[in-house]
Amino acid sequence: MARPVQSIERAAAVLELLSTAPAEMGVTELAESLGLAKSTTHGIVRTLCEVGLVEQDPGTGRYRVGRGLAELGGAPVDVHQLRSLAANWLDGLAVRAAESVRLAVPEAGRVVVVHHVFRPDDSRQVLEVGTERPAHACALGKVLLANGGQLASDFTPFTRRTVTDARRLATELTAVRHRGWAVEVEERVTGEAGVARPVRGRGGRVVAAAGVTGTPERLLGRDGAPHPWLLEQLADAVRAVSAELARI
Amino acid sequence: MAGRHVLAIDQGTTSTRCIVFDRTARFVSVAQVEHRQFHPRPGWVEHDPAEIWANVGRVVPEALRRAGLSLDDVAALGIANQRETVVAWHRRTGAPLDRAVVWQDVRTADRVERLAADGLADRVRERCGLPLAPYFAGPRMSWLLDAHPGARAAAARGELLLGTMESWLVWNLTGGPSGGRHLTDVTNASRTMLVDLETLDWDDELLAALDVPRAALPEIRPTMDRHGTAVAVAPGVPITAALGDQQAALFGQTCFAPGEAKCTFGTGAFLLLTTGERPAASTHGLITTPAYQLAGRPPVYALEGSIAVAGALVQWFRDNLGLIRSAPEIETLARTVEDNGGCYVVPAFAGLFAPHWRSDARGVVVGLTGYITKGHLARAVLEATAWQTREVVDAMLADSGLALAELKVDGGMTADHLLMQTVADVLGVPVARPMVAETVSLGAAYAAGLAAGLWPDPEVLRRHWHRAGEWLPARSREWREEGYADWQRAVERSLGWVREGRPR
Ligand SMILES: Nc1ncnc2c1ncn2[C@@H]1O[C@H](COP(=O)(O)OP(=O)(O)OP(=O)(O)O)[C@@H](O)[C@H]1O
Repeated sequence: MARPVQSIERAAAVLELLSTAPAEMGVTELAESLGLAKSTTHGIVRTLCEVGLVEQDPGTGRYRVGRGLAELGGAPVDVHQLRSLAANWLDGLAVRAAESVRLAVPEAGRVVVVHHVFRPDDSRQVLEVGTERPAHACALGKVLLANGGQLASDFTPFTRRTVTDARRLATELTAVRHRGWAVEVEERVTGEAGVARPVRGRGGRVVAAAGVTGTPERLLGRDGAPHPWLLEQLADAVRAVSAELARI
Repeated sequence: MAGRHVLAIDQGTTSTRCIVFDRTARFVSVAQVEHRQFHPRPGWVEHDPAEIWANVGRVVPEALRRAGLSLDDVAALGIANQRETVVAWHRRTGAPLDRAVVWQDVRTADRVERLAADGLADRVRERCGLPLAPYFAGPRMSWLLDAHPGARAAAARGELLLGTMESWLVWNLTGGPSGGRHLTDVTNASRTMLVDLETLDWDDELLAALDVPRAALPEIRPTMDRHGTAVAVAPGVPITAALGDQQAALFGQTCFAPGEAKCTFGTGAFLLLTTGERPAASTHGLITTPAYQLAGRPPVYALEGSIAVAGALVQWFRDNLGLIRSAPEIETLARTVEDNGGCYVVPAFAGLFAPHWRSDARGVVVGLTGYITKGHLARAVLEATAWQTREVVDAMLADSGLALAELKVDGGMTADHLLMQTVADVLGVPVARPMVAETVSLGAAYAAGLAAGLWPDPEVLRRHWHRAGEWLPARSREWREEGYADWQRAVERSLGWVREGRPR
């Protein structure tokens, strides 16, 4: 077995201490209870603050466990807060792409749409917030599946082109993970294509997927791959949303 | 003019933001900084003008940096501001006399009561289009001059300047003590209770009644005009628009023509309906207000229903009760239950605005039983905004005789789907959100860009409005009217709580 990494062991000890302490702790206190040098402890605590596992009380300057720690345990970012933070950027994406945009999260094993921006052509459209999507048959679902989402995929065929083979899906998901985006071409609805990318929370964990939906002619090039400009617009938008998430 | 971008500064109640828009009015970047809220006594709300000015100096370069642009890329700058918030400052040094007295502040309630006792209510309504209420700026100016010995004399000599937030910012942007321009626009000026709606000039009779010297007041100008060139923060950029934030949102929603309306759901909620080139009087508790004015053109007026507390109630729920960690989480909590459980919250924190205008009201929670959970309270908090919207929509319809086909909405609370659905349900009409939710900034940018000649006329801007989301009414008329009747009973219980002569 490889030797344990000392700084990680120490960081774990700091977290344990903070999470069981009855009150917030100062650096000196932490250093003393762990038998570490104050400067070492300070370095560890500051790093933990940066990744959101520890928080500093702005008033007292003392430390407590951060919001990020709860998220590690699987408690997701509040979806309504996610929508609030994402709204501006996804509106911008919808305008630039001239297509509809959706944001989805994994919820109890399902892919749920939590935000939907209409295609900006003022045609009749219905908000799909709160509706479910089949994980294996849409770009949003593939992004979430590829990034560790515990999702039920029953391989129901929706069209001729739905991926219903577990091995083929697994290969595709590996590609999704590598290139950072997923595509669906008439796999859920005939005449519809979609492209999606992951939205990352603090520490890089994927918390949601954002995607653009439209006709295959508009979203895809002759080679059948999504237009590079579209992938870039989508990348800019998810980067901005991820940056918002890192700030909370 | 080399630049093709427009800078919009939205100096709001809780924060100051700068948004960069491109020539097709698309959102490019944003930078935002919150400022401190001071509550030195119950009912008092103050901001630090120096802090706000410093924040403008932070957000403008930051927004440009995030957009990868320089000042050379900027054609014009527009300012939208929190309205009715008053600043007094020394012309020679630029130092504020005191903290800014914010629109939510009710320290002038006694003063306003005295004006009412002097029989001024009718005159104020006729001349200014305003109900006599502590909401407006003039009595705050008067308060500041009374609170500081020698201030009124200095004001009369023109050494002490008064203004609302945009005046303070324009003065500083255009040079401050060395040549800063002291001006305001018609939308802001009309909220002072000192301006005649017809002439759009300071009214000597009201100036005398409130004891505010004309020499301390800014020049009143059209909304869109050459207000000056910035020498600080954005040196060289022409300032071509200044307007109140709610009028900016109306403009940003492209409600240029009579009959077009929007409602902005932020700290407060504000429904404005464009009525045309003549001020339309209200007999149902609404405000008559200029909507905008292009230099050299007649002003366009609007009717306004102002709701003091909307998002502020959510903020209170978060900060004072600590039941949620962020405002949007109210929706998560509210969705843990099916309905309000019979509970209503009337957030008359500092009295009620439109259509009641009762400064003797205070907040109540009614229908409390052992059954009520925090989920029901969260629902009641959101519904409070919806029912208040219903009240001002009803007043608007009664005043204008128009029927509402759809309500255009914007503001931070429109991210809340449960709230927007509830608004559609209680109004019984569709609620539509535009693609750019930051309509305050967008309106400031539209106004600034129009005045700078970036766009030929307002009509071309209509093409930029697109529906980004829409909520359709899903409840029955019986549900709606029963709930509304309960809400009205709850409102009755909030009235008259403040007894005369008692601290509030
Ligand atoms: N998802 C949400 N649900 C309910 N209320 C919300 C939600 N998101 C924000 N709010 C409320 O909306 C308000 C913020 O909206 P917005 O940013 O439009 O405010 P504002 O009035 O423009 O503020 P300012 O004047 O400082 O610019 C806050 O009062 C907040 O409590």
